[in-house]
Amino acid sequence: MMSKILSNRANWAWPYAIVLLVFVVMPLVMIVYYSFQDAEGQWSLHNFHKFFLSTDSVNTLIYSIGIAMITTILCILLGYPAAYFMSKKEYRLPKVMAALFILPMWINVLLRTLATVALFDFAHLPLGEGALIFGMVYNFLPFMVYPIYNTMLKMDGSLIEAAQDLGASPRKVFTEVFLPLSMPGVYSGIVMVFMPTISTFALAELLTMNNVKLFGTLIQENINAGLLGYGAALSLIILILIGLTSFFDNEE
Amino acid sequence: MDNNDYIIQVEHVTKRFDDGKVVLNDVCLNIKRGEFVTLLGPSGCGKTTLLRIIAGFTKPTEGRILLSGKDISELPPYQRPVNTVFQRYALFPHLNVYDNVAFGLKLQKVSEDEIDTRVLSALRIVGMTEYEERNVNELSGGQQQRVAIARAIVNRPQVLLLDEPLSALDHKLRVDMQLELKQMHRDLGITFIFVTHDQEEALSMSDTIVVMNDSVVQQIGTPTDIYNEPANPFVADFIGESNILNGIMKRDYLVNFMDKDFPCVDKGFEDDAPIDVVIRPEDVVMHKDPNDGQWTGRVTSCIFKGIHYEMLVQTPDGYEIQVQNYTAYPVDSEVGMSVAPENIHVMPCKSLFNSIDATVIDATHVFMLGAAFETKLHTLPKGTHVKVAVDFDKVDMLDDPADGTAEGQIRNILYKGNHYFIDVKCSNGANIQADTNDVWEDWDMIGISIKPEDIRVIEG
Repeated sequence: MMSKILSNRANWAWPYAIVLLVFVVMPLVMIVYYSFQDAEGQWSLHNFHKFFLSTDSVNTLIYSIGIAMITTILCILLGYPAAYFMSKKEYRLPKVMAALFILPMWINVLLRTLATVALFDFAHLPLGEGALIFGMVYNFLPFMVYPIYNTMLKMDGSLIEAAQDLGASPRKVFTEVFLPLSMPGVYSGIVMVFMPTISTFALAELLTMNNVKLFGTLIQENINAGLLGYGAALSLIILILIGLTSFFDNEE
Repeated sequence: MDNNDYIIQVEHVTKRFDDGKVVLNDVCLNIKRGEFVTLLGPSGCGKTTLLRIIAGFTKPTEGRILLSGKDISELPPYQRPVNTVFQRYALFPHLNVYDNVAFGLKLQKVSEDEIDTRVLSALRIVGMTEYEERNVNELSGGQQQRVAIARAIVNRPQVLLLDEPLSALDHKLRVDMQLELKQMHRDLGITFIFVTHDQEEALSMSDTIVVMNDSVVQQIGTPTDIYNEPANPFVADFIGESNILNGIMKRDYLVNFMDKDFPCVDKGFEDDAPIDVVIRPEDVVMHKDPNDGQWTGRVTSCIFKGIHYEMLVQTPDGYEIQVQNYTAYPVDSEVGMSVAPENIHVMPCKSLFNSIDATVIDATHVFMLGAAFETKLHTLPKGTHVKVAVDFDKVDMLDDPADGTAEGQIRNILYKGNHYFIDVKCSNGANIQADTNDVWEDWDMIGISIKPEDIRVIEG
């Protein structure tokens, strides 16, 4: 009996399906359910109404998106050249660099952030917005570098040669062929960085001494304060936003 | 001849990679304006490297490349008036067919109108009109090939380089494209340099064929020259089918092989000079009556090839001869065979034994082929540079490289009727040849051992 069940490979997927159902699908359903409930347990749009009427909350959302965008742009600006040099064999750096980029990832994100706080303290730099952006870029840079690096590594070298052959100077080879062909990696990087940064809250608390409020913080505060419905509505809003950005990745 | 008759001159080009491997060894080549030249050879012979050096992707270690008499060795690829059709097409996946073809013209800042006219005319030449807006990934291999050719010829290069462009196509499409390329060459009037390992392709398309093997040019000539008068056994073996046999030139117009004398048309060799004999299978005449003809044999296999039959015939002395005939002779039948004097191709043999550079280590050892070999006692002082001689049939080849005294890789195999003649490149770059009855394959890594008494030290 048991062996019969095990022999059908399709059955092996069941444990995963159950885990996904309990830990992904059910929470999502609950978020949707609670966000459309008012305090009396009636179906309503009250929570969404409340959000759009609260200038504070809307501002926090816009501010969070701004911070996430700045982080993403900085990650692209720093990560793209890094990936470029790592993908070039002639620089003989790649292995070392790849290891150095992945090294901080061995350490827990909170420990890393606490260490950042200590570092700022040591250097007598003020915590706040600047520290927050530094911390986010530092944490999420590898997520930008790796997709770009992978795309560059897999790029067909003969395309670069074809461009040279057709008369493209090194600068033109980059702008006309290399850059467009590496864009899929950049899109993946954007999704990998933008999505998690927009809902960050622990980093914000630690790096700004709770002075800067991000959207993630807002959700956490409301849920902690027992406003389950409102918190769920905020979560749904952020989920939809993240869902929209992931269209970036499917563009091609 | 005036230099300007040549569009490309390759002067003593040697290419050595960083790991010391030599892929081109002192290659010289002159290509006339408007010629269709094919670089032909087995994989790893250096033909693609030579093409890449002409295109500018690879720099020669020594020597130079002239274009219309001007040294272009230092010019980067984008400043050379040559264009390449790549083996895997290398079309830009982010651009459609039109933009792929227009890529070079846009870089040259040609006016929009002219770009349009030239792109459309290039697409017409390759038969790809009405595909302008297509994504290149939606095209079949043959279509991508056509776009790649259009992308190259639209720039009106002085030389078009084609790197095995037909190798990824199926047989029928390949034959069609051969004819079309030939037609394009005639219409465009530009020089084509075509790289292939397919001898049929080379024979049917080229004005001139450059046969390469082991980093060296073996022969340059027209397809008929190369087929009818191969310069050495390698060319004879590589181009078309052939029977290659060891022979002796007894005197002018008389050659001995398979232990028989044959009249031939060659002269000018020393009497009793060792030579290689090449006979094309289609030149062997078969006779039903074994008593007719110059020698006899028994048919061991007979395969129908469409137009002719291909047969193997075993002689009583143990030679195996390949024969092509329009008439089938059944397996096990006894036949007579003969060959016309003008169909016996005689080529000088380089040597009858290996002659190897060596250094004396002590009274019983010499260092050669990258290893220390035991020899019989000799009285030469340590460090003396000597030549040693080893007969071809005294070289032992072993399956496991670690079992031999030296290591090597098989680079070429010739079947000589009753044994194989094998060319081995040793780890130190020197070559050694061996006669064997065992079956080996190209690129096999082998061990080499030689008995001490078979190494004759010739004083340097």
